[in-house]
Amino acid sequence: MDNEVAIIGIGMHPFGRTDALSGQQQGAHAVREALKDAGIEWKDVGVAYGGSQDGGNADALSNQLGLTGLPFVNVANGCATGGSALASVIAAIQSGMAEIGVAVGFDKHPRGAFNPKPKDWGLEDWYGETGLMLTTQFFALKTRRYMFEYGITDDALVRIAQRAFRNGALTPHAWRRRELSYAEIAESMAVNLPLRKFMFCNPAEGGAALVLCSAKHARKYTANPVIVKAAVMRTRHHGSFEVFNPGLAAQQSPAPTVMASRAAFEFAGVGPQDIDVIQLQDTDSGSELIHIAENGFCEHGEQQHLLASGATDIHGRLPVNTDGGCLANGEPVGASGLRQVIEICTQLRGQAGQRQVPGTPRLGYTHVYGAPGVSAVTILQAG
Amino acid sequence: MNLDTSPKLACPDLLRLGGEHPVLLGSRCTDCGEVYFPASEGCTRCCSTAMEAFALGSFGTLWSWTIQGFQPKSPYNGGEAEADFQPYGVGYIEMPSGVKVESRLTIADPAQLKIGMPMVLVLLPYRQVPGEAPVYTYAFAPA
Ligand SMILES: [Zn+2]
Repeated sequence: MDNEVAIIGIGMHPFGRTDALSGQQQGAHAVREALKDAGIEWKDVGVAYGGSQDGGNADALSNQLGLTGLPFVNVANGCATGGSALASVIAAIQSGMAEIGVAVGFDKHPRGAFNPKPKDWGLEDWYGETGLMLTTQFFALKTRRYMFEYGITDDALVRIAQRAFRNGALTPHAWRRRELSYAEIAESMAVNLPLRKFMFCNPAEGGAALVLCSAKHARKYTANPVIVKAAVMRTRHHGSFEVFNPGLAAQQSPAPTVMASRAAFEFAGVGPQDIDVIQLQDTDSGSELIHIAENGFCEHGEQQHLLASGATDIHGRLPVNTDGGCLANGEPVGASGLRQVIEICTQLRGQAGQRQVPGTPRLGYTHVYGAPGVSAVTILQAG
Repeated sequence: MNLDTSPKLACPDLLRLGGEHPVLLGSRCTDCGEVYFPASEGCTRCCSTAMEAFALGSFGTLWSWTIQGFQPKSPYNGGEAEADFQPYGVGYIEMPSGVKVESRLTIADPAQLKIGMPMVLVLLPYRQVPGEAPVYTYAFAPA
């Protein structure tokens, strides 16, 4: 395609806890890093899309970066905020609206589990009052059912967390950098069985930003452009098993992840077997377990063997979450999807240091999934 | 369940009391037949708004389960001190219509919970604060 868009700059504010900086300051830091990486200045940017869940408006970053008059659109799409911002920048560049665009996500959440209000979700008070409105419960109920249907044991859940923290220990900017033993994970507190303490990620803070331009101009700015072959967002259908549902439909339907993944592969003209390095949403071990198959990287039920054989490790056939994913980096909701894209760019550029996947990876894949049933997938190619 | 006076319910619109067992109430789309819990004003399957009341019954089977291992923050209002919190079971119960209803369970012992086991609807006093009438919610118990 001659209308392709490339990522020419990546920048992050490391995830974790940064008490001295607001979410917006961490977002602005990420943008500055991405501009520096692309070798351009903020005044060169023609359009920006960004958002956060709890960190305030993205267009307020202009107050720190410079009031250049550019169109800056606020995106509010939960876990898909970064993916939606990226897809919007791509469309803007393809339409000729701007030559250079920025996608940015950042966040700063209160400590502890997210604290939802029933009314915000169209639910009655009783659902929260009686103790049913918890995301951790939902992940556990979905994981339990999935393990039952496909004959998967707790071993797979432990191995996913173990690999995440092992990879996090190799990642200089990760939040959780201590490797955890199998027993430490398997014997950690039973938060919502089958899921335990070290199988869940924590809300966090951080920022992530990308600079993009038309692929035909990319080499003016960088020797290592990354081509966006697909950036797709989908929402749930009737019958999808989603968070905060007092009742599930009689017939289950494919998850939004399945629809987003299929569309992305079709759009990019490649298949799961062509992908060299993978980022999957891992708010918890159970979610990653399900997402390995929903994104087409194996059949449902094959995960147990894949995980035990090391196939998803950095040196395996299907390296997953090479930077430790959400489990080791935490989840600043607005920034999380763009962190995934940045990790894939780093791998495709061959700049991932100790966590670099071997060989010369050419194609990478990112996937986010979140409430109330949205998924965003990108397929990225070394340029 | 026999109660001398009518119990204080967190969710009175979801239940019909008075028979041998409480009955869960939902709705049904008159165009495509899809069943909803709780009652829905529209059908997300066929986009119709022609809905009728539908009784889901009192019996089902356990479809999935977990144990709530920590005390939830607000809006949970069980009212116990943190030190007194007891983990509770939560599950989805598949009803005869095929709808799965999310519910508190009366037991929280992993050894006693098995997907597919028969379950029956009961009332559970989930909030018991000294000096106040207990507040009940619906729950499922092994049948
Ligand atoms: Zn209908």
